[in-house]
Amino acid sequence: MEWATVKPAAFDYAAPTSLAEALTLLGDPDRDATVLAGGQSLLPMLNMRLARPELVVDIGRIPNLAGIEEREGALVFGAMTTKAAVESSALVLRQQPLLHAATKLVGHPQIRSRGTVGGSMAQADPAAEYPAVAVATGGWMRAVGADGERTIPAADFFVTCLTTGLAPGELLVEVGIPALSAGTGWSFTELSRRHGDFAMAGVAVTVRLDRAGCFEESRIVVFGVGDIPTRMSAAEELLRGERPEPSLYRRAADAVRDAFDAPMSDIHASAEYRLHLAGVLAERGIADAVARAHPGEEGPNR
Amino acid sequence: MSSTNGTRPVRVTVNGTVHEATVEPRTTLSELLRSQLGLTGTHVGCEHGVCGVCTVLIDGKAVRSCLTLAVQVDGSEILTVEGLAAADGTLHPLQEAFSAEHGLQCGFCTPGFLMAVYALLTEKPDAGEDEIREVLGGQLCRCTGYQSILRSVMRAAAQFRESKLEWVR
Repeated sequence: MEWATVKPAAFDYAAPTSLAEALTLLGDPDRDATVLAGGQSLLPMLNMRLARPELVVDIGRIPNLAGIEEREGALVFGAMTTKAAVESSALVLRQQPLLHAATKLVGHPQIRSRGTVGGSMAQADPAAEYPAVAVATGGWMRAVGADGERTIPAADFFVTCLTTGLAPGELLVEVGIPALSAGTGWSFTELSRRHGDFAMAGVAVTVRLDRAGCFEESRIVVFGVGDIPTRMSAAEELLRGERPEPSLYRRAADAVRDAFDAPMSDIHASAEYRLHLAGVLAERGIADAVARAHPGEEGPNR
Repeated sequence: MSSTNGTRPVRVTVNGTVHEATVEPRTTLSELLRSQLGLTGTHVGCEHGVCGVCTVLIDGKAVRSCLTLAVQVDGSEILTVEGLAAADGTLHPLQEAFSAEHGLQCGFCTPGFLMAVYALLTEKPDAGEDEIREVLGGQLCRCTGYQSILRSVMRAAAQFRESKLEWVR
């Protein structure tokens, strides 16, 4: 090599071909190891030297870590399933249209070709779409470690900015996203300066209406504003039992704005602007979800 | 499995030719292509996945070569912009379309645009304007402007649907 312009700091690399080997590597307490899945978040951090791991464990050569299957009313994604595979899955489009819509907003096709489901969850970027979908749908993560495996509800998985409940040495292997039940209305909206950018704020909504057309149950999750995707309990409570109407959505939007003590503020958007957006998007998102809901419909998933 | 502090061998097929190289784990695919294989048609801009100039095809999919380690693509097939034109230098129909519709000016971003669009049209020959726009949105151009690039791609797409065989590399 005559010349080289490497960007990342040097690291050791391993490409295990079994889960057991990967866990051995990740479980070594003397080594600062990082998991490489699709690399669409890790590589930028390596290139900018924001991440300087001693060891990169590439899980891309472990068999059976990618794929989409239906299991007990949920769609189960192997951690290495690419966003492109999710985007083109007829099963996802039919059973979980909210996830499909969110996938279209993750980066660009050129990123989704390599970025993975597990990678987005484990990265836990506050402005990322997938963690918000997991929280809004009541999803779960299955992690495997030296002491066995466990299932972590999405609501407990995201701890703070870029931090999850995965213990040292644990590997996220599966992500479960429950199918939308029949009649459930949904929406996924975000605002970014350019299509494909991280959101300055975004809102995922699911609603169920009773036979009378009133709110029975709703989930409103805001992302890109707080440290983690956050359920808007006060706004959800405000909707319960009420008849859908624009003035109610406006009050719910106020409750969303009141839910944050310390919204993110950075070069992309001020705290004040993010709060404003969260309210506007929540108001629109609730209306869109209601428009897609079928009152009083119960029963098996579509 | 292997774990090594040092360099390691990789074997990749680039534009139909098998290459064997020795790389550090931290070597990105863009770096392997440019510095070791001498294929400098793949450009490098932001190096964090935003600008898209480094886009190449790995096993038929458009990816950012700056966000892929060379060791990850051991055993893969890569197509770069050098693989588009014929051996005698005759431009690929997609390149002809960019020329005819003024889809480039300084040309820095062009390799990325060509590869991203090539991947789209070979995978989805019937891609409509919305899908084309979405792919173009993942590539930055700061001088030509997107309207003439879009015209180039629309022209190429129509031509591709008529004569696929001349296209696929």
